[in-house]
Amino acid sequence: MKYLNEYRDGELAQKLAREIRQVVTQPWKIMEVCGGQTHSIIRNGIDQLLPKDLEMIHGPGCPVCVTPLETIDKALAIAAHPNVVFCSFGDMLRVPGSHSDLFRVKAEGGDVRIVYSPLDAVNLARQNPSKEVVFFGVGFETTAPANAMAVYLARQQGLKNFSALISHVLVPPAIEAIMDSPSNSVQAFLAAGHVCSVMGYWQYPALARKYGVPIVVTGFEPLDILEGIRRAILQLEAGEAEVANAYERVVTREGNQAAQKLLEQMFEETDRSWRGIGLIPKSGWRLREAYREFDAEHRFQVTAIRTVESSLCRSGEVLRGALKPNQCPAFGKECTPRRPLGATMVSSEGACAAYYNYGRFISLDQVAHV
Amino acid sequence: MSEQPHLSNWSCPLPLRDYPGIVLGHGGGGKLSSELVEHLFLPAFKNEALANLGDASVVSVPPGRLAISTDSFVVQPLFFPGGCIGDLAVNGTVNDLAVGGARPLYLTVGFILEEGFPLSSLAMIVDRMAAAAGNAGVQVVTGDTKVVERGHGDGCYINTSGIGVVPHGVDVGPAKASPDDVVLVSGTIGDHGMAVMSVREGLQFETLIESDTASLHDLIEQMMAAGGSAVHAMRDPTRGGVASSLNEIAKSSGVGIVLDEKALPVRPDVQAACDILGMDPIYVANEGKVLAFVSPDAASQVLEAMRKHPLGMNASIIGRAVNHHAGIVAARTAIGASRVIPMQIGEQLPRIC
Repeated sequence: MKYLNEYRDGELAQKLAREIRQVVTQPWKIMEVCGGQTHSIIRNGIDQLLPKDLEMIHGPGCPVCVTPLETIDKALAIAAHPNVVFCSFGDMLRVPGSHSDLFRVKAEGGDVRIVYSPLDAVNLARQNPSKEVVFFGVGFETTAPANAMAVYLARQQGLKNFSALISHVLVPPAIEAIMDSPSNSVQAFLAAGHVCSVMGYWQYPALARKYGVPIVVTGFEPLDILEGIRRAILQLEAGEAEVANAYERVVTREGNQAAQKLLEQMFEETDRSWRGIGLIPKSGWRLREAYREFDAEHRFQVTAIRTVESSLCRSGEVLRGALKPNQCPAFGKECTPRRPLGATMVSSEGACAAYYNYGRFISLDQVAHV
Repeated sequence: MSEQPHLSNWSCPLPLRDYPGIVLGHGGGGKLSSELVEHLFLPAFKNEALANLGDASVVSVPPGRLAISTDSFVVQPLFFPGGCIGDLAVNGTVNDLAVGGARPLYLTVGFILEEGFPLSSLAMIVDRMAAAAGNAGVQVVTGDTKVVERGHGDGCYINTSGIGVVPHGVDVGPAKASPDDVVLVSGTIGDHGMAVMSVREGLQFETLIESDTASLHDLIEQMMAAGGSAVHAMRDPTRGGVASSLNEIAKSSGVGIVLDEKALPVRPDVQAACDILGMDPIYVANEGKVLAFVSPDAASQVLEAMRKHPLGMNASIIGRAVNHHAGIVAARTAIGASRVIPMQIGEQLPRIC
């Protein structure tokens, strides 16, 4: 397969890992921000090729994980409306709110549908004028342009029956929150390649300077991730803190300017609670006042729903690398993948779920050569 | 109703003058019911046991132990590239019998049809079922049709149950795998799931991915002939894919399983579709593949026998049963690390990003 298999080559991966091992002279902690990268690290076992002294901390970049409980509860309330067709990306259906999830709402008669693009929801609205079609627009900067475009098109087409429940989160404020935390131990970041393909990386030099951390824009295939780690390690060992781009085939410094322009037009910054982490100021986007009529929160009057997250959950500390999942008192007791309390247990790629599944504790020497 | 396949020279065997679609009466046991039986089911499935139209069909079986299996089919869409619900309903049950070491003999068929379901679609499904049954050498010996009101079904649901005979001396089962067994798969994985998904979700890929639905009894017979009692366990990895079947065998047999990911045969278009959707082919359904656990001394004969068969041309050795981590399936990844392949909690869902 063109442009994918090339980045999954076992020998090249081993070579990069060797280079990393040769360079590392002391313990380092690097955070991959994006859930897609966490997935790739676990899926391919990339961390097993790294030196013991180099710890990868799985950051808060899984949109499924960090979508606040409150937003899920709002989604569930809207989806239960009799005349609503509630459209969502597939993996949000299983994410538990306070008392239910979208799968259960569907089973109880709600019209909940998996779509692959927010534009599918716009089409559904056009085809079903007597129904209220709502799109659940969550995620980082990556998914934001398509969500913005959906609302933009809905207005252009004069669709009165389309709205979106928007809860976007932003990477740079999350990096700041992590670095500002007193218990922070992260020394370098792999920035999320897909986010940067939209936003570029012009925002990052200021962060790298402010906190003295290397930030390497990194892709998602095994070789991409190893190369990102290698570049971060080279900087750490040399005492540098620069922004580097290890995903040049996709990302430019300026990013996708047409998308950024649309985002600026449609969204405004807002404070956002992150599941398991708490409130981060100006860390999210919501629809601007001018597009309020397409804001499902207002249309369905769910703005008043308030949900308090479990005080047992310490996933914020896990996400900052301050606590190992199995050191949390709720781990495996009140909190399991089937009944998760917080972000890191929700998604299969969250750190707590990965620990729970024992996934990571079969050592390489136990895995015999076939 | 879903799109229908193009069948050249196909003509509907039913007198459709009055009722182009299923009506409640077709399940009522009256004249309409018997018309359906007489004009559609009997000619398609023709055999002596069925022709008697008794409340029960009486059949004879050769010596051996009986294998019995049942499965219900609710796939949407009903017609997809490479097959339809009818193929699945026959092949699925035939395969469940065959992987138990049984020679499939008889099937029962239950239809639950939705009012208004086009008779022409039903006839096409029955036609495919008859062809699949003929191909598998099984007879459909009894059946039942019920009709539900419009809006209470998805067009057509099918249940099939099957009876087969396990010859004396054959003893395969999911609990029989032992450490050191070699794990074989008969061909590329994930084809069926991605074929259905691509049409169900209206995803447009550049190539047409076809379902692998097929009856495996003959391939399995060849494997058993080549490996004999060295073939310990078999499974057709349908829902939940290869990952779920292997997890079940690991648990039932109390062995660990280690896969070599690089050895897993995956069609490039299936891999690409999975990459786009954030899915893993190892969890995607197959409808015409068999996994086998074979003792190491016989593995190459069995593999050779598989590769000689049209349904096993891409057969590969993909892993081994081991004495470690009992009940857990692990893999050596393409980059030479390891990962655990757990059972999925539910259905695999396309990821946001």
